[in-house]
Amino acid sequence: MADTRFFSREEAQALAERVLRLSSAEDVRVNVQSGVEGNTRFATNQISTAADVSNASVVITSAFGRRVASATTNRFDDESLRRVVQTSEQLARLVPEDPEYLGELATQQYPESRGFFESTAGLSPEARARAVTAIATPSQARGLISTGFLTFQVGSQAVATKRGSFAYSPGTLANLTTTVRTPDGTGSGWAGVGAHDWTQIDPAELAERAIRKAELSRNPKAVEPGKWTVILEPTAVANLVGLMMGSLGARQADEGRSYFARAGGGNRIGEKFLNPRVTIYSDPADQRLYTAPFNGEGLPNRRMLWVEKGVLRNLVYTRFWAQKNNLNPSGFPGGFYMEGGNSSVDQMIASTRRGLLVTRLWYIRPVDPRTILFTGLTRDGTFLIENGRITGAVKNLRWNESPIFMLNNLEMMGPPTRVSPSESGETSSAVIVPALKVRDFTFTSVSDAV
Amino acid sequence: MDRREFLLRSAAVAAGGLAGCMPAVSIPTASASPAPPAEAGTRELVMRALDAARSAGARYADVRVSRNRNQAVSTRERQITGLADNETQGLGVRVLVDGTWGFAASREMTRVETERVAREAVAQARASRVAQRRPVELAPVERYPDAQWTSPIRTDPFSVSVEDKVGLLLAANEAALGIKGARFVNSSMFFLREDKTFASTEGTYTTQTIFRSLPRVTVTAVAPDGSDFQTRISTDVQPMGLGYEHVVNARLVENAPRWAEDAVQKLSAAPVTPGRYDLVLLPSHLWLTIHESIAHPTELDRVLGYEANYAGTSFIYPIEKYLGKFRYGPAFMNIQGERSSPGGLSSVGWDDEGVKPRDYLIVKDGILHDLQTTREQAPLLADWYRQTGQPVRSHGNSYAQSWADVQFQRMPNVNLLPHPERDVPLDELIGGVKNGILIDGEGSFSIDQQRFNAQFGGQVFYEIRNGKRGRMLKDVAYQIRTPEFWNSMDLIGGKSTYFMGGAFNDGKGQPSQSNAVSHGCPPSRHRGVEVINTGRSA
Repeated sequence: MADTRFFSREEAQALAERVLRLSSAEDVRVNVQSGVEGNTRFATNQISTAADVSNASVVITSAFGRRVASATTNRFDDESLRRVVQTSEQLARLVPEDPEYLGELATQQYPESRGFFESTAGLSPEARARAVTAIATPSQARGLISTGFLTFQVGSQAVATKRGSFAYSPGTLANLTTTVRTPDGTGSGWAGVGAHDWTQIDPAELAERAIRKAELSRNPKAVEPGKWTVILEPTAVANLVGLMMGSLGARQADEGRSYFARAGGGNRIGEKFLNPRVTIYSDPADQRLYTAPFNGEGLPNRRMLWVEKGVLRNLVYTRFWAQKNNLNPSGFPGGFYMEGGNSSVDQMIASTRRGLLVTRLWYIRPVDPRTILFTGLTRDGTFLIENGRITGAVKNLRWNESPIFMLNNLEMMGPPTRVSPSESGETSSAVIVPALKVRDFTFTSVSDAV
Repeated sequence: MDRREFLLRSAAVAAGGLAGCMPAVSIPTASASPAPPAEAGTRELVMRALDAARSAGARYADVRVSRNRNQAVSTRERQITGLADNETQGLGVRVLVDGTWGFAASREMTRVETERVAREAVAQARASRVAQRRPVELAPVERYPDAQWTSPIRTDPFSVSVEDKVGLLLAANEAALGIKGARFVNSSMFFLREDKTFASTEGTYTTQTIFRSLPRVTVTAVAPDGSDFQTRISTDVQPMGLGYEHVVNARLVENAPRWAEDAVQKLSAAPVTPGRYDLVLLPSHLWLTIHESIAHPTELDRVLGYEANYAGTSFIYPIEKYLGKFRYGPAFMNIQGERSSPGGLSSVGWDDEGVKPRDYLIVKDGILHDLQTTREQAPLLADWYRQTGQPVRSHGNSYAQSWADVQFQRMPNVNLLPHPERDVPLDELIGGVKNGILIDGEGSFSIDQQRFNAQFGGQVFYEIRNGKRGRMLKDVAYQIRTPEFWNSMDLIGGKSTYFMGGAFNDGKGQPSQSNAVSHGCPPSRHRGVEVINTGRSA
């Protein structure tokens, strides 16, 4: 039976066509989204809130020549649609020309749409409560306090243009994260994971990991800040590598205001800038990434090799910047895959004379865009390694570091694994990265926060 | 960013945005469409939802119907880069069943859907009951059967023509580009109007119209040899809960050359030598330090561990060792929570559970005196309130960013009040520093999950030598431990130096919701703060 909580291809197309028929602009794009987001939060070993939210929206972008504006509504009666079309057209007639507007796209060929799973689409409040119980019950039994967030989305998106393109993709996403703390407030452990397919998430396994870390992290000792060899678990690696992926704009580089700007003009494409073991790509054909088939403009996503063996292969080109440089637009396919190695975290620990094991990072904020330098803190499981084994918990540390420096100081790599990459535990495109052992990671102060 | 655009969202975007790489017209924003929803229709739907929730077994229910409209205009140099209007409208129902919360929401505001949403909220609560250990109890509340409130604006930003807005931004850009060395200018305006109706089974019915406005200019200077680039953001113009008059008063065209000069001057500014310095922090900077190290740790839900999985907990724990005992700072330090200041981003008539907020002191004469509460939380401080002769009532600090989000505890405007005894001028703060740094404007910011260890940058930095402001510095960030930092404060400005800064998008909760909040403060002076140099070579 059709899922009534989001628009089918036919419904999305019918809605887009209603909007297009109301339009008198020269160029028009209609973006349609619909779906349900559900979540269950828990704290102090009990559910604190649970919600299901049903929403949909239409964005209409109207252009007269190069005068362009957009308007959005979530009301789809005739009068509301007429009004939103009129709003976008009135605004478009009033604004100055945008010399960079290239018009909307005509018919495109799209890669296969992946990433819809019934297991996630059918995640009921009762099933969510069971997942929470699988974490809260063992935590309570061990005298610990669990907190966490289970969230999922089911929906579809579509893009249609007056020039005839139509793209449609349904999708699901889920994410489960938990922080388990000791009642005396001296220990805290985190675990989390994201997936398109709910069956890939094992709440009991996450509980076990978070509980183990909470218990191990009691009564941390302070260590001196400075340069440390660190073993970063995959979540922490994603936290940092994502910062570099967010700095890949070609235009900023060409304009001289990015790490990827080349002194004297142009950008660093073709330059080796990372350790030769680093390769990162996005790929709609990759079965593990479930990349959306198109972006918000209706541009098909395609395989993009960002970094190959430490060499910068591509930057993110918008349609305008690509045309100006006589290149194809890159889009930015959701998610990325970073190749890894064969070392397990245990092997990394065994090979380390003195270092730190880091679970995840927190409050990551830019400090200096010239070097993609960010600051933040370790959190929920930071351990001292001495002579090849974990010897205790350490107090969290503030770091000031760049993924560029980190990926040059690489020593060991683990097998890539999907993570929950956002600090807030929201659903996310697939991010698949390895655990890393790196040297000379820069910590600048100690935090008393647990 | 619209969370619902999940299929478009990349990890890079989640990790901080891919500025300039998304189509300019995708800026999430609202429609200049007229008339709010017909009052009679809204009232009927709301009552129907409350009845349906009660019939399905809810002991308590509240309903919010809201329409959020916003508009974003953005430009760079001599061209427009985006113009988008956005509206979102819907209804959210929150219920308590046997002491467990449930919430459901929908954009469809028909009778049938409204009743379905109410029943869905009850079903959510029932499903969640299995894990209950302590039932929710609500503090008593006064009843407001028919109350209205509107932000104190003079000019509705949606009544001003787009041509005027774009024209003003392009004129500001031109003024900035007139400064030699200023190579790029991005400027924008963002406006919000929210029409919100709240009703509860306890008999309150409120309608409110809230406005917010933020004009912003960012100038980038690039060194001629490409070796450096520096930006200056117009942080002396802060977001406010005001109308278009706030944009006009910001005098963007007149101020743009100064912001451009700052960006250019930063290229040749002296890198700071790391060490301990006395700091003089202007209100355009200090508001964010207050936000992070005072306003967040005094949220009671954080203190109780409810936000441990994301926003974090608080160093204020256990409560009984802190309330009435913890010295946050010197005796002249008073921290106020309020939702009443004209233009404050958090200012409202009633909060999102129908409570009329009152002004209160979080820190009184330097000592921690109170915490931020909702109806669910106030009873948890009952012992403290009884000891101090205060009623057990919510401070009215409940908020949800839209109809689609469940309300929870969010900070009010949290202010550092001016010096209680005299009108201390800024010059007196600077005059008492031998070797220090003056910081203007908020910059980089990061703080740990219990709000101990923080690091702050800024927009522009000046050396202070022997009581005088000197040359410009760059690559400055200071690191603090919250209790020591506030106790190192030895002087603050008086009432004539008071200024309100603010955050448009303060994130908390899961799913993360944005709260808009102001922080008024005078300038402050702190002794012996650790300063690092953030410049590295690639």
